[in-house]
Amino acid sequence: MSNGAYGSNVRHYPGRLFIVEGIDGSGKSTQLTLLAQWLRGAGYPVIFSEWNSSPIVKATTSRGKRRKRLTPLTFSLIHATDFSDRVEREIVPSLKAGAIVLADRYVYTALARDVARGVDASWVRSLYRFAPMPTQAFYFRVPLELALKRILSARSKLKWYEAGMDVTGQTTARESYRIFQSRILSEYEKLVQEYGLNVMDATRAVEVQQNLLRAAIEPHLRESRKEVAALERV
Amino acid sequence: MSAFEPHGTPIPGLEPAELTGWLVVIEGTDGVGRTTHVDRLRTHLERLGYAVAETGLSRSDLASRGIRQAKQGNTLGSNAFNLFYATDFADRLEHQIIPALRAGFVMLTDRYIYSLIARAIVRGADADWIKKVYAIAPKPDAVYYLRIDVPDLVPRVLSEGGFDYWESGMDLPMGEDLYESFIHYQRKVIHELDQLASEYAFEVLDATRPVESLSDDLATRVSRMLAAGRAVVPS
Repeated sequence: MSNGAYGSNVRHYPGRLFIVEGIDGSGKSTQLTLLAQWLRGAGYPVIFSEWNSSPIVKATTSRGKRRKRLTPLTFSLIHATDFSDRVEREIVPSLKAGAIVLADRYVYTALARDVARGVDASWVRSLYRFAPMPTQAFYFRVPLELALKRILSARSKLKWYEAGMDVTGQTTARESYRIFQSRILSEYEKLVQEYGLNVMDATRAVEVQQNLLRAAIEPHLRESRKEVAALERV
Repeated sequence: MSAFEPHGTPIPGLEPAELTGWLVVIEGTDGVGRTTHVDRLRTHLERLGYAVAETGLSRSDLASRGIRQAKQGNTLGSNAFNLFYATDFADRLEHQIIPALRAGFVMLTDRYIYSLIARAIVRGADADWIKKVYAIAPKPDAVYYLRIDVPDLVPRVLSEGGFDYWESGMDLPMGEDLYESFIHYQRKVIHELDQLASEYAFEVLDATRPVESLSDDLATRVSRMLAAGRAVVPS
């Protein structure tokens, strides 16, 4: 990871940021939802953050998708715009206030997806330089065929960009999706190495994964509580 | 070897050798008279028989509406704003500038990445970061920088109808009223453009000269460059 790229913003906040990553059908969202319930039950202030949250940017993104006007480059930039707004207006203020921020997908989604579309890898990494490093990043590793089975049986219609039809040259959405997801998967594997993501075996039972997740974040929660208490005494 | 090199980062799917046109950029701060000079230059070049296309900032089909809305409500974070402009620029680059250059046009550009970089830096963006973001842009054949200082700029802006909220940096804000903010903001923008002028080797033209004289100078420089053609470098 070079200087001036994603990974260089290591500012410390009293709150903590936990993020989950993985391809569609890896079960990461289920795990994050369970984690949020558990944290709320234990009395932590939890902020849940997802992609595509800013209404103004969202209108532009939808317009670009509807008209199939987005190229790999503008697809990358419009998502970075939205993500940046989410960082500035939601994630960072919440971390400053001592919240436990849970993000379903983070920078790694963009790094994997954009590079799978042919965008220059080092350029995307510098694009996301502003993003704070998460306290812990969990990557839900799942075999491609299993994820495809989960997604393709649950949903009948795949969208154009979601299926990667803008870049695979395939004529059917299902075939395009298969190829695109496998490219994304191999980009994720590079990110695991590069950023030391915490790998979760997403083929294991839901409760087993959840227990591992809770155990991994618990020490950070205690630390955060101490820092927040110190903040309140000032 | 092609005439066009990006500022460092390749655009997915683009082969620079395909770009046979000319990219001519007119830079300068708000109210310096760029529009007038772009119009005149276009007329001049068309008379000489060149196929000319033209573009400016915030005119992309993709993001201009969103940018307008965001400005009205001032509802986007400042870094997100910088990236929204970059999205808008990239859309214009891929849908207007590159097709025109592929087709061999002379593409006249009323401001380019440099104004966007200057504006972002003044609004607090990290200079290295924002330059890297815009490294996707092909390097122009020439950048003509219409340079002016703030004291000479003020009467022009007044005669054109007064101070604009954004051109005065009132979103920051930099002073207690439009006038003060305009002075501070424009001084900073011009300072940044000056830095970029030396970094990226702009041709600097004194914009306080009479319109006729400046526009003749510009016309001569551009037509001379086009007539000379590009040096063919064996690959």
